[in-house]
Amino acid sequence: MKKREQMNVVIVGHVDHGKSTVIGRLLADTGALPEGKLEAVKANCERNAKPFEYAFLLDALKDEQSQGITIDTARCFFKSAARDYIIIDAPGHIEFLKNMVTGAARAEAAILVIDAHEGIRENSKRHGYMMSFLGIKNITVCVNKMDLVDYSEKKFLAIKDEFTRFLEEIKVTPEHVIPISAREGENIAELSDKMPWYKGADLLRALDSFRKAAPRHALPFRFPLQDVYKFTAQGDDRRIFAGRIETGSVKVGDEVVFMPSQKRSQVTSLEAFNRPKPTEAFAGESAGFCVDTQVYVRPGEVVCKVSERSPHISTKFKANIFWMGKQPLVKGKTYKLKVATQQVPVVLREIISVLDASELSSISNKEVIDRHDVAECVLETLKPVAFDEVTSIPETGRFVIVDNYEISGGGIILSPIFDEQSMIKDQLKERDLQWERSDISPEQRAQRYGHRSALVVIVGPAETGKVKIAKKLEQELFTAGQNAYFLGIANATLRGEDNSNDRILNKMRHIRQLGELSHLFTDAGMVLIATISDVDEHELKTLKSLNLPHKTLTVNVGENRFASEQVDLGLAENDDTALAVQKIMEMVKREVITGTDEFMI
Amino acid sequence: MKERTIDKLDALEAQSVYILREAYREFKNLAMLWSIGKDSTVLLWLARKAFFGHVPFPLVHIDTSFKIPAMIAYRDKLARDWKLNMVVGQNKAALEAKRTFPAGAIDRISCCKALKTEALKHTLAGDWPRMRLNHQTGQYEVDKNTEPYTGVIVGARADEEGSRSKERYFSPRDRNNDWDVGDQPPELWNQFKTDFAPGTHLRIHPLLDWTELNIWEYIEREHIPIIDLYFDQGDGQRYRSLGCYPCTTPVESTAKSVTEIVEELRSGKFANIAERSGRAQDKDDGGGLETLRRDGYM
Repeated sequence: MKKREQMNVVIVGHVDHGKSTVIGRLLADTGALPEGKLEAVKANCERNAKPFEYAFLLDALKDEQSQGITIDTARCFFKSAARDYIIIDAPGHIEFLKNMVTGAARAEAAILVIDAHEGIRENSKRHGYMMSFLGIKNITVCVNKMDLVDYSEKKFLAIKDEFTRFLEEIKVTPEHVIPISAREGENIAELSDKMPWYKGADLLRALDSFRKAAPRHALPFRFPLQDVYKFTAQGDDRRIFAGRIETGSVKVGDEVVFMPSQKRSQVTSLEAFNRPKPTEAFAGESAGFCVDTQVYVRPGEVVCKVSERSPHISTKFKANIFWMGKQPLVKGKTYKLKVATQQVPVVLREIISVLDASELSSISNKEVIDRHDVAECVLETLKPVAFDEVTSIPETGRFVIVDNYEISGGGIILSPIFDEQSMIKDQLKERDLQWERSDISPEQRAQRYGHRSALVVIVGPAETGKVKIAKKLEQELFTAGQNAYFLGIANATLRGEDNSNDRILNKMRHIRQLGELSHLFTDAGMVLIATISDVDEHELKTLKSLNLPHKTLTVNVGENRFASEQVDLGLAENDDTALAVQKIMEMVKREVITGTDEFMI
Repeated sequence: MKERTIDKLDALEAQSVYILREAYREFKNLAMLWSIGKDSTVLLWLARKAFFGHVPFPLVHIDTSFKIPAMIAYRDKLARDWKLNMVVGQNKAALEAKRTFPAGAIDRISCCKALKTEALKHTLAGDWPRMRLNHQTGQYEVDKNTEPYTGVIVGARADEEGSRSKERYFSPRDRNNDWDVGDQPPELWNQFKTDFAPGTHLRIHPLLDWTELNIWEYIEREHIPIIDLYFDQGDGQRYRSLGCYPCTTPVESTAKSVTEIVEELRSGKFANIAERSGRAQDKDDGGGLETLRRDGYM
């Protein structure tokens, strides 16, 4: 039997323009209703002494019936001769824009309904704009309630012309503009004899004419890493990189690069369950693979092919955002950005313009982005992210912003910004501006204390005995007459056992706090000892730059996940503590104690 | 360029696997509900796909004690064969006091609330005993882990009934397990709500886009072992939906195999009859299940 195709279609439009009636009609006229459903709803109407409407078929929830409006996205299923459809009913009321967006973001095609009697309203335009924002290419406009305007061609053409002009401005070309009466069933499943002047397709045929987007095999390989699995406890030694291939394809032997860390390796196998291991996998598949070297990366990296075009890596980009949050999007506050599977702290740096989507007029000089605003702006992440422009690869070119546990905004990336200005640099500059420096030089302090200052940071995977080593080191240095201090607060707060939102935002916050604290201690001429678990290279570099101009000595315990130049001393996980401390002491002596004599000249 | 076309079942599978992996990464205390029925068994199979043969979280079954006995035997067999971390919860107090519909004490809806909703709520919260299968002894023992599950994977499908068609893939529940259908989080471009305030939890619905027919087509394609109550055993009857025996009636059907069920749903006698028509509690709840679901019914 030939496999049937399935398509998700969203239905949008201003409140009360008849979206639910259109769906009810489509379901009834294609025989998609369960046996007895139509009769049950009709009987219910009779019991409550109200006239039957096709819209009631959809309003399955009790409070919707009492309010008479669709508040959330509902899904229904029906079939045409050509394919199976999932039709997504999106609410028209502005209050429920986030529900509309949810419905529309799942869709491959859209039906936009306009009331012939009432004409084009603000949400007709807003929804049209959102369809284009969300990247929906297949759009059909239905001018509904033609029965209320006596099936007048003139009325229809007036609306058609005005709305097509509007769509042109936002670069949307509707495939069809159809005059319909959903209540009377005109031009829904078959052409109406009430409107002989209309020569186009009925709605069902218009839907069937939509083309499904082909899976994106031909684009560069993009594999947002969801996780790295190692089920050793279950006797499985495979280390599997798991995710979904958003675009392109991958096969055994391919050279891959993880972005933004830029670590490279080669695919040795594609893994699968309940089928033979494939040798190649394509866009649209949830897959998993193993590589030939030990690569330590966090979920969120985008795996690409060395031979293909790379995504951009930057901490800044220009984007269009629509905001759904109860609180406005403000500058300077740290939010969480999710782009593909990357999650990083993000800050709004600049608002270029704010658009009123219902009128398409620009509002400049706005200082915040309010609920339901669409804005062009500059975002800056606190760590580098890998992304593409939405026009080249949509899957890695769009994002959401989380504010206080809630997805509050969606956006599309227009272009990367590469400049030397970064938040860390700004922070350092600000610090220097605010700081009245002491007259005592680092050299004078070194001379007095008999050693220069340094941050000794002990890194590595969690639970490798770092704190024990750190405290013993403090003891030894103190006993040897050095000004050493073990800072024990960072580790507990950085362990990240609370939920991921806090983990991601808190981690960066604590790296920065630790950097600032370290700088205080090292500026005062001391040897500060601190431990942190599971930091990546970027976080370590951030810490080091915050401690500048003073020295940072990095000790790694256990598996070394850093490039060699990042680590000054590597220790095995099961090293004896005394031996480990001895090795660190040797390094500290070499790096900060010996040579202090030269200051005495 | 060589191309492999992705069919409907491939696409559904890929999306469900994606959702399961997102859930596993984001939730430390994650569990999957397994009702023993076809949907949650497909879900269990998808978990094995997602995690390459493993199921790295506990499976929770709420045993009302009125389940068809074959269901329990099948549950324990698969739990052993697939080395599942099997956890069972029950409303012991209501059963001991015989406050149930089969005992004649209460109506169907109240019985569902007590034996399913209440038992589920407390099993998830960890304040009622969780019985965990000890694979060494083959016995169920009280689980030492009483931490609340913050992510609960459920096999609900949008086509089952009205309220389920409005669900999100990641659907928040407040402290009382309540679902605020009027204020649901946005979901777009495969970005889900994975952040939650302390005390709340998320229900995760990887099967939302599947239809009953898709489920059976997938069972057929993957050769998933499914409980034989779904097949006609020779008396011209089979179960289309499984529940407690006092409230679930078999349907008239001679479908003896998965292939025959697929045929029956695709073009045969059940092509246009709702799946849960054999479930009595739905009718008692006005047809929408919404009263039960708001309170945490699955």
